[in-house]
Amino acid sequence: MSNVFIAFQRTEETRCIIDAILEDNPNAVLNEQPAMVKIDAEGSMTIKRATIEEKIGRSFDLQEMQIHLITLSGHIDETDDEFTLSWQH
Amino acid sequence: MDVKVNKKLGLKERYALMTRGLGWDTTYQPMDKVFPYDKFEGIKIHDWDKWEDPFRMTMDAYWKYQAEKERKLYAIIDAFAQNNGHLGVTDARYINTLKLFLTGISPLEYMAHRGFAHVGRQMRGVGPRVACLMQSLDEIRHAQTQIHSMSNYNKYYNGFHDPMHMIERVWYLSVPRSFFDDAYTAGPFEFMIAIGFSFEYVLTNLLFVPFISGAAYNGDMGAMTFGFSAQSDEARHMTLGLECIKFMLEQDPDNLPIVQRWIDKWTWRGTRVLTLVGMMMDYMLPKRVMSWKEAWEIYFEQNGGALFNDLARYGITVPKCAAQAALDKEHVSHQAWATFYQYGAAADFHTWMPSSSEMDWLSEKYPNTFDKYYRPRFEYFAEQHKAGNRFYNLTLPMLCQTCQIPMLFTEPADPTKICYRESDYKGEKYHFCSDGCKEIFDHEPEKYIQAWLPVHQIHQGNCFDPGVDPAAPGFNPLAAVLDHYHINQGRDNMEFEGSEDQRNFAAWRTMAAKN
Amino acid sequence: MSVVSLKPYDFPAADSQDKFHGNQLLYVGWEDHLMFCAPFCWPLPGAMSFGELLEKVLPGGFGYHPDFKKIDWSKVEWFKSGKPWRPDDAKSLAENGILHKDVIRFRTPGLTGIKGSCS
Repeated sequence: MSNVFIAFQRTEETRCIIDAILEDNPNAVLNEQPAMVKIDAEGSMTIKRATIEEKIGRSFDLQEMQIHLITLSGHIDETDDEFTLSWQH
Repeated sequence: MDVKVNKKLGLKERYALMTRGLGWDTTYQPMDKVFPYDKFEGIKIHDWDKWEDPFRMTMDAYWKYQAEKERKLYAIIDAFAQNNGHLGVTDARYINTLKLFLTGISPLEYMAHRGFAHVGRQMRGVGPRVACLMQSLDEIRHAQTQIHSMSNYNKYYNGFHDPMHMIERVWYLSVPRSFFDDAYTAGPFEFMIAIGFSFEYVLTNLLFVPFISGAAYNGDMGAMTFGFSAQSDEARHMTLGLECIKFMLEQDPDNLPIVQRWIDKWTWRGTRVLTLVGMMMDYMLPKRVMSWKEAWEIYFEQNGGALFNDLARYGITVPKCAAQAALDKEHVSHQAWATFYQYGAAADFHTWMPSSSEMDWLSEKYPNTFDKYYRPRFEYFAEQHKAGNRFYNLTLPMLCQTCQIPMLFTEPADPTKICYRESDYKGEKYHFCSDGCKEIFDHEPEKYIQAWLPVHQIHQGNCFDPGVDPAAPGFNPLAAVLDHYHINQGRDNMEFEGSEDQRNFAAWRTMAAKN
Repeated sequence: MSVVSLKPYDFPAADSQDKFHGNQLLYVGWEDHLMFCAPFCWPLPGAMSFGELLEKVLPGGFGYHPDFKKIDWSKVEWFKSGKPWRPDDAKSLAENGILHKDVIRFRTPGLTGIKGSCS
């Protein structure tokens, strides 16, 4: 299985998003670089709105991630509640 | 009476209604006449509604988030300007990367804006039209935010004054420009592969991620913020490129060989353009996040590899050029810097030789190549400079007909030999830096024989200002060409050591720390 | 192969010989001396003798290299489009069969650049 990844700017808000991703995806590996973080995971990674809301302490629209996103890799499936990256091989 | 409360629509339904639901077929003229460009390339589409756009963004969300990005960006730009942020960068050599960025990359953002506006108009499907519209707006935003951000540097440093004039004239800028001109003059599907797929999906990660992270590492909040702000749109762009590939491959098996050829072509075209970025990362960032080779391995070999593994189910194979690129990754940044160093009199930025500790870093990162092939050359250049004999190559180089880069690349199997390839077409010879560039030419020679090659244009006398007489006594062709480029001789170009930029930066930094 | 287009596609070559004011383009590379990052491109009259090319043109391009003055021109090996080739110094470029946009290279046996690195 190949890795999927997602990278965010390092900001106050993304701290909560990153914590949520690491909590929901035990296979995720955090890679910190200057001003940014990259999270790699084998096969797939799911970002859950509910977990982010719990950490950020307010309601959160997954499309808000657009503001902080740097790059990603994998096929995307997005609903109101979940954002999933995956490879099918 | 019962009040029926409708549940709020989900993301997928909202997107479907607000984008796909808005189109219809024309009646006064047949669709084929209204959309004349989306069939001639040979791509067969049976059902445009099968186009998927996973981000499912509607305009309300688009404006909301783009506005938020702009507010954040301009707040940072203001803070950067108010705090004399330019004096916070590691050293003044760094600023030269921004000159190359502004002249070589920002104009491409504008061209991408035009390209996606055009493709959005020409594809009859509603899905790609919406996605192309947004990308077109993103791209003009990138051009403008980059120019705004870097205008802070233009107040203090040389070489930032005329990027849009230079992109159409300066010799090395013809490399990225011709890449876009080639894409823009292709049909809409090829443009999507060229820019949407190869450039955005396979290659921009290498430009915006490690390089912009490097800008942050070098204390440049200004470049970091425009870079990451642009890159936040790229995730959407990459997805568009990938969806376009999948869409074509799923629509008809006859599309496979056409798509494969475009992937091969544009991956190679992009790889050659990225030579400039490799040089920026290995030689122009005083503090380095990672080497070009490491970045290539992460973002091209691993990430691109994952993608090509995924596309294998459609019959797509890894581009042929990947094998050569795997060898070239240990060489191209050194070869490119050696080129700009010697042609530094004709560049819009300063060049220099790496310090001995920087050469040691290069030895460590490139154990197979740096000491053996490049260190002796660079140490010789440094010695000669010290002895007052700084190398300026004043004879124009031979260029590759396809990528337009000087013929500086070596044989894949022998780094001591320049790689020469040639083709004959209608009684004239054409020369190439690689098998990849030769194959691209051989497939469409009618297109590439028109290439505007800067060296040949100079020799034709087309790169002097009106009224300049090359036959006049004492005529200095280099000076006349630099005038035509709007490069200020002795201020914008040549060696970094002793440059006005270096002196000013040192003086202002001292003033900033004292009364 | 040829370009796929919607309409007839036929445009002139940008660099045909008639555009160079009586000159032809000649590309020259020096093997094993990559200090010069790429071969050079010179516009030259076809009537120029090969000897004149060696004496008057090449030094301006390659003269910076410390090996240049050590060249024994009688031992130099020449290549045209990569194939061994023997020019006659007394004859013109045209008489030597050099056409517009030809590429020639020379190898200088025993000289292999800075510290033998082919630089």
